[in-house]
Amino acid sequence: MKAIEFENVTFRYEEDSPFVIQKLNFSVEEGEFVAVLGHNGSGKSTLARLSNGLLVPDAGAVRVFGVTLSDETMFEARKNVGVVFQNPDNQTVATIVEDDVAFGAENVGLPREEIGKRIDFALRAVGMQDYRNATVARLSGGQKQRIAIAGVLALKPRVVILDESTAMLDPRGRREIVDVVTRLNKEEGITVVLITHFMEEALLADRAVVMNRGEIVMQGKPAEIFERQEELLTYNLALPRIGVICNSLRAAGMPVENTLDAEVLAEEIAKCV
Amino acid sequence: MKDVSFGQYYPVDSFVHRLDPRLKLLFLIAYIVAIFLASNFYGLAVCAGVLVFIVAFARIPIGKVLRAVKGVVFLVVFTAALNILFYNGETVYAEWGIISITKEGLIFSAFLALRLALLVVCSSLLTYTTTPVALTDGVESLLTPLKWIRFPVHALALVMSIALRFIPVLIDETERIKNAQKARGADFESGNLFKRIRAMVPILVPLLLSAFRRAEELGDAMEARCYTGSNQRTKYKKLRFGWRDLIAFLVGAALITGVVLMKIYLPAPY
Repeated sequence: MKAIEFENVTFRYEEDSPFVIQKLNFSVEEGEFVAVLGHNGSGKSTLARLSNGLLVPDAGAVRVFGVTLSDETMFEARKNVGVVFQNPDNQTVATIVEDDVAFGAENVGLPREEIGKRIDFALRAVGMQDYRNATVARLSGGQKQRIAIAGVLALKPRVVILDESTAMLDPRGRREIVDVVTRLNKEEGITVVLITHFMEEALLADRAVVMNRGEIVMQGKPAEIFERQEELLTYNLALPRIGVICNSLRAAGMPVENTLDAEVLAEEIAKCV
Repeated sequence: MKDVSFGQYYPVDSFVHRLDPRLKLLFLIAYIVAIFLASNFYGLAVCAGVLVFIVAFARIPIGKVLRAVKGVVFLVVFTAALNILFYNGETVYAEWGIISITKEGLIFSAFLALRLALLVVCSSLLTYTTTPVALTDGVESLLTPLKWIRFPVHALALVMSIALRFIPVLIDETERIKNAQKARGADFESGNLFKRIRAMVPILVPLLLSAFRRAEELGDAMEARCYTGSNQRTKYKKLRFGWRDLIAFLVGAALITGVVLMKIYLPAPY
């Protein structure tokens, strides 16, 4: 089943401004892990906001599990599609971790006991169960963002979209988030859409989608996409150095696997020598 | 700026932390009334004694408590100085024209300073021991009667809790902008008062813009988590009035009665 489906979606922010997204067709299968890549202004964040009805398309339709988004269906769709945003400080409502995680569950009117269970589930899912009564402001960036994911998980969504949620984190925080969403996808069966401009994060995805000027310009297995280094550059996406080395080695005839991980590459080279 | 500790919760588990926020709010009001009713040092001593007890029971380090006073030191010193210089007393120590330092003036300003300090410590104890969520739940609950006249009590409570939650974020932001402007050669320390206020403009404008941007993002994040502002919303934390609250209530009632009795039977001024 298609979790999210865009059909000929066109969108612009204001009447006389240029179109951010034009006639976009895009879909995500249930259970899939999709990475959406693109540099600033490629329309990838707009994609996230169109997926849960925060923005409404000017033309075309967005369907969530087969239901077309409209004012009437929006509320239900938001229970199914959770969106985690970029800045962790701007998406926490409460000061204490458990109060913040509870916010979404409270909004949909769940009974108390159920909210308690949801908090347990959500905090465990992001590995923050020991921080239930902690103050959000004192956590690290990666931990704050994990709390934001937990806040979304408390609604038990079937899809989680991360809208550049790693952009403001340090490398360690970024790894934490990627680990958490990979586990959610593999163990909980949650569909994940990871919007990012860090190419190495896309490596674990089932499918990578490259956006440019509101259009999908490349699509396929992450490893295949990364081989097309020259093409990526035309969309202002630079491959990390390890990927470049990897590609040159392959071009020179060395049978190394495509990777963006220095250690994996070292092992690959060791195998060849 | 960093010393502004208002609205910062101190997370430990204590008797005071566990009290019902509604009771704590009412207790604070009663306490403030008691401070203002107290007309001599005996009354204030009783108030201070109660406060020492609360601090001890709240397991809050004394340094934290004193930091709350630090924020208003200027105000305390300023009012004390004015009172010392302009109070008309009988026992004069020194005199220059209309300005005189008298025994009564010294006593009176000490009295006022103590009153102000107690007021600040007590209010900050409330935010140290009560999470903003509990606090706003308390306010919401106490204001429930206003729902009868269709006052949006819930929205008000939410606005309050978000405002409290963003205080530390905006303080950090102010520091950051200030440093950025300093790095560009901005001068905040020299010049007269007017000049210094003008120097604040390049801080306030970006701060305001960023606050609006944050508000918009927060609104999106709240909507994404199914917030609609409807009445169907449930509450995870229920407020419950327990035995602790009864004790605290009795202490509060005894305090007010004590101070009132002292006002009547110990009329010695200061």
